[in-house]
Amino acid sequence: MLRIAGLDLVWPDGRKALDGVDLTVGAGEFLSIVGPSGCGKSTLLRIVAGLIPPSAGGLDWSDAPTSGGIGFVFQEPTLMPWAKVLDNVRLPLDLARVPRKEGGVRAMQQLERVGLADFSAAYPRELSGGMRMRVALARALVTRPRLLLLDEPFAALDEITRFKLNDDILALWREAGVTALFVTHSVFEAVYLSTRVAVMSARPGRIVADIAIDLQHHRQQSMRTEPAFGALCRRVSDARSAGMAGGMAGGEVAA
Amino acid sequence: MTGAGIWRWLAPLLLGVLVLALWEWAVRALDVPVFVLPAPSAVARALVADYPLLLGSLWLTLKITLQAFVLALITGVGLAVLFAQSRTLSAALYPYAVILQVTPVVAIAPLVIIWVGYERVDLALLILAWIVAFFPILSNATLGLTAVDPNLRDLFRLNGAGRWQTLWRLQMPSALPYILAGAKVSGGLALIGAVVAEFVAGSGTASGLAWRIVESGNRLNIPRLFAALLLLSLLGILIFAALSWLQRRLLARWHESEIGRGA
Ligand SMILES: Nc1ncnc2c1ncn2[C@@H]1O[C@H](COP(=O)(O)OP(=O)(O)OP(=O)(O)O)[C@@H](O)[C@H]1O
Ligand SMILES: [Mg+2]
Repeated sequence: MLRIAGLDLVWPDGRKALDGVDLTVGAGEFLSIVGPSGCGKSTLLRIVAGLIPPSAGGLDWSDAPTSGGIGFVFQEPTLMPWAKVLDNVRLPLDLARVPRKEGGVRAMQQLERVGLADFSAAYPRELSGGMRMRVALARALVTRPRLLLLDEPFAALDEITRFKLNDDILALWREAGVTALFVTHSVFEAVYLSTRVAVMSARPGRIVADIAIDLQHHRQQSMRTEPAFGALCRRVSDARSAGMAGGMAGGEVAA
Repeated sequence: MTGAGIWRWLAPLLLGVLVLALWEWAVRALDVPVFVLPAPSAVARALVADYPLLLGSLWLTLKITLQAFVLALITGVGLAVLFAQSRTLSAALYPYAVILQVTPVVAIAPLVIIWVGYERVDLALLILAWIVAFFPILSNATLGLTAVDPNLRDLFRLNGAGRWQTLWRLQMPSALPYILAGAKVSGGLALIGAVVAEFVAGSGTASGLAWRIVESGNRLNIPRLFAALLLLSLLGILIFAALSWLQRRLLARWHESEIGRGA
């Protein structure tokens, strides 16, 4: 679906955030990116979304997504506090001038999928952190995007909510048939969710390992304690440590 | 309403009654001349006796204040929207808005009155009150329109939002709390502007409350002066209360400033 080749990003102040990132994203994959804080994961997602132009290299789409073809879930829920839950979810449709009635129906369906149909008339601040994140998910999926970009969406949540949302997002990913690019700090989360995990080095970010997760497709919480799961986590974790060490040897200190 | 809620109203009310009673007693007991300090009862009598005169003045001041305030709201928000569209325009115009703001209105008042003409002094008062009321709205609205959550801005861009969609669906709602805060300041300033301008205009050309105060002072009709002063304060309180109510109404369900007020 997307080939990223030799992608560099240099900020205006001259600091390099990404240094020759090569990554292929296949259609239907659930690809996670793990890496130390400040290595450029968010930056990479924003480039893929077309929000920042790369300094060198580029994105090679097999067929470029149109407006609404990419769903983005940010590190924070990023909801409009003045709008009710339903109006938040339907925003992308409203912006695309989808007829009001159709937009309402589709937004409501999406809310049902994330289990928040009862809260359609609530305001964001009346929801818990986990519920807000689910609203953000519903909003990202409402345009039926082909590519879903998720930037550490669960980083601020407690572990139980996080596990629950992990399963929710897997279900949504399977149902919607969307390709997912998922950024996380957590090795366990990456292995649990993904079909593939890419590991980034410390700043400036590069892809230092690309590990296929050959676990059975239907993930369950019980898998978290299985030896195969543990072995994969170790491989990702080792690659991450190596990437960080490499970064430091290059004179960079991870933030 | 809870006991504490009633007390919030009752406490200042009781204090007011107490102070008035003391005042009345002191004036009578010490035999203070009425042109120094009239007793509350004398002020009340003046209020009743000069009722038509004072009401006419009240109406005039109210009219100018409201007109100036609405004009300030429209021009302030309108200019802020223009500023938010173009950096160049904002850089070019903002210093002049600041100059207009920092120059004391009393100093420009004679000039404005001459330009507009004594026969249309109402218009001059309106312009002067507007100058005073306009800046808090402009600066707050400008701040609000640009202080948008950057992630939300990206979300709008990602979904191909146009300039107007971004303005109406994102910037305006983000700016609303700022604009309302500015409006609260500006409502009071409009009244002050109207009063100051009328003082400067003077000589019976306009007959708002400010003129009533000057006139009553000249004639040593101090009870009427107090009555006019009272009406002026009431007007100020009314404007403030109305704008506070509007602020609560519009922000109650979503803005942090209203959390815990029991919407
Ligand atoms: N707008 C910007 N201008 C200049 N430098 C920036 C900007 N945004 C981010 N950076 C820098 O780019 C680097 C990568 O930032 P990025 O947000 O992509 O990191 P990240 O991997 O997402 O980190 P985290 O895991 O903490 O979210 C950081 O060193 C950061 O300081
Ligand atoms: Mg990040």
